[in-house]
Amino acid sequence: MSIPLILAGKEIRDGLRNRWVVAATLLMATLALSLTFLGSVPTGTVGVGALDVVVVSLSSLTIFLVPLIALLLSFDAIVGEVDRGTMSLLLSYPVSRGQVVLGKFLGHLASLAFATLVGYGAAGAALVATGADTGPEGWRAFAGLIGSSILLGAVFIALGYLISALVRDRGAAGGIAIGLWLVFVLVFDMALLGVLVADQGKTVTVGLLNWLMLANPADAFRLFNLTGTAQVSQFAGMAGIAGQIHLGPVTLLAVLAGWTALPLGAAALIFSRRQI
Amino acid sequence: MSAHPMNAFPTNASVLIDQVTKIYGARAALTEVNLHLDPGQCVALVGHNGAGKSTLIKLMLGLIRPTHGQVRLLGEDPAGAHAARLRRAVGYLPENLAFHPSLTGQETLDFYARLKNVARAGNTDLLARVGLEAEAARRRVGTYSKGMRQRLGLAQALLGQPKVLFLDEPTTGLDPALRQVFYEIVQELRAAGVTVLLSSHALTELEGQTDRIIVMNRGVKIADGTLADLRHLADLPVRIQATGAPAGAVADALGTLGQVSTNGHAVECRCAGGDKVAVLRRLTNLPLADIAVMEPSLDELYAHFLRREQAA
Repeated sequence: MSIPLILAGKEIRDGLRNRWVVAATLLMATLALSLTFLGSVPTGTVGVGALDVVVVSLSSLTIFLVPLIALLLSFDAIVGEVDRGTMSLLLSYPVSRGQVVLGKFLGHLASLAFATLVGYGAAGAALVATGADTGPEGWRAFAGLIGSSILLGAVFIALGYLISALVRDRGAAGGIAIGLWLVFVLVFDMALLGVLVADQGKTVTVGLLNWLMLANPADAFRLFNLTGTAQVSQFAGMAGIAGQIHLGPVTLLAVLAGWTALPLGAAALIFSRRQI
Repeated sequence: MSAHPMNAFPTNASVLIDQVTKIYGARAALTEVNLHLDPGQCVALVGHNGAGKSTLIKLMLGLIRPTHGQVRLLGEDPAGAHAARLRRAVGYLPENLAFHPSLTGQETLDFYARLKNVARAGNTDLLARVGLEAEAARRRVGTYSKGMRQRLGLAQALLGQPKVLFLDEPTTGLDPALRQVFYEIVQELRAAGVTVLLSSHALTELEGQTDRIIVMNRGVKIADGTLADLRHLADLPVRIQATGAPAGAVADALGTLGQVSTNGHAVECRCAGGDKVAVLRRLTNLPLADIAVMEPSLDELYAHFLRREQAA
């Protein structure tokens, strides 16, 4: 077995043993199920495309929850192991530091993917069990939601490693991780909104807005899911924006992939130069 | 290049440290250290906390790079391109040993065996060799005592029959029985041609266990040699305790060869190492009940070298 896979296997086993995976899965399933049933209240039983409503609710859930879980999984990955002393022993083995980062990434991503798949899958299954109207397009949007949620998780796991490789102190890493979450999930959109209102469309053109949205992976995720299909964008109140935004789903996914690859590469580079 | 210090070292040395300086920020952790370790040699690295022992070991492992000078492990740069291959032939027991608490002992050893690409079939025997029973191996490492963790630490260091073994403070906090097991294993490895580097500040227990002793103080190597070499170099007085004869008679017999004092009901003579045999010959002419020769201990030697360093 290759070194990254051995390391990933150990991370997964660690996650299962210390109940991280179970806790994250239960949390996601609970919140997803409550949103699914609360979300269907306003549309009632006549609602067309119950799944589309669920995609809108779960997208918001993902934006808040997945980056948080991902950062909590990852901020400690490097600085914590250096601190505890397990890292110097690991690095005395025939493994490169790039392999260590990659192995941890694969393990953490697999844990998060499992939690997302099972948690959101439970919501989908519950919807089917209640006999709600679900069209093939709704399922496509739902699958896109799960896939892009995992990708958003990958982005924030990579960002967490970058923090973990940069700082010397576990407490500082935790603080920065929470700060990063606040910025990307709350502050960025509020600031953007403030700028748009103040500017009154004078300097911030649609083209510039496109680029600004890409500067935040959470917004790239939001655009991907809420403007993905005509049905969904209508429910999300994003139909207006969907007409103006010129970023296709492929571009948005590529942006998320880039937001994963760059911090991950930077984390590996910084870690490989670090004195243990 | 003939004046280069490296040429003074044997070419088959397992580890070479050549004019190495390591600076952290503004503090020099090591200053122009030269040393070499040979196959089949058990070397003790001795010094206070902060003397540079762990820094030296981390340099030899390639975990950190020297600021100046060069390090060679089995003839290659341990932080270079072939580092991964080199580390297959190395075992390391860190000073502050930590394992992942949620894995069992057996799982921990299996994990490290996989990383080293060693067959896991031998792991049960290896655990037995360091004295971890099957019942303990099935428990999570989080429940282990310090001694059990240290046993597991030694087991992982022995994976894959290393050519070079670095043991950083291996016996600190261990009970005497486990220390015995430790040194037995070290002797077996030495006999098999393994280079063993032991760092320690428990000096008395190292006597008789090591071929060579390297004394470090504040990042500088202040002594390097066999115990006999160091005794010769330090030239500390030998103490001879005799009972059964009055102090006056002993003093008369020795003349200028040694100083005499009383210690309880025994008479203690202090003399230079070179005069030891002459003194004994004269003492045995007296009607003694018992006689004991006390060579300077490793502790005394260490204290002597530190004092000499501070005076310099």
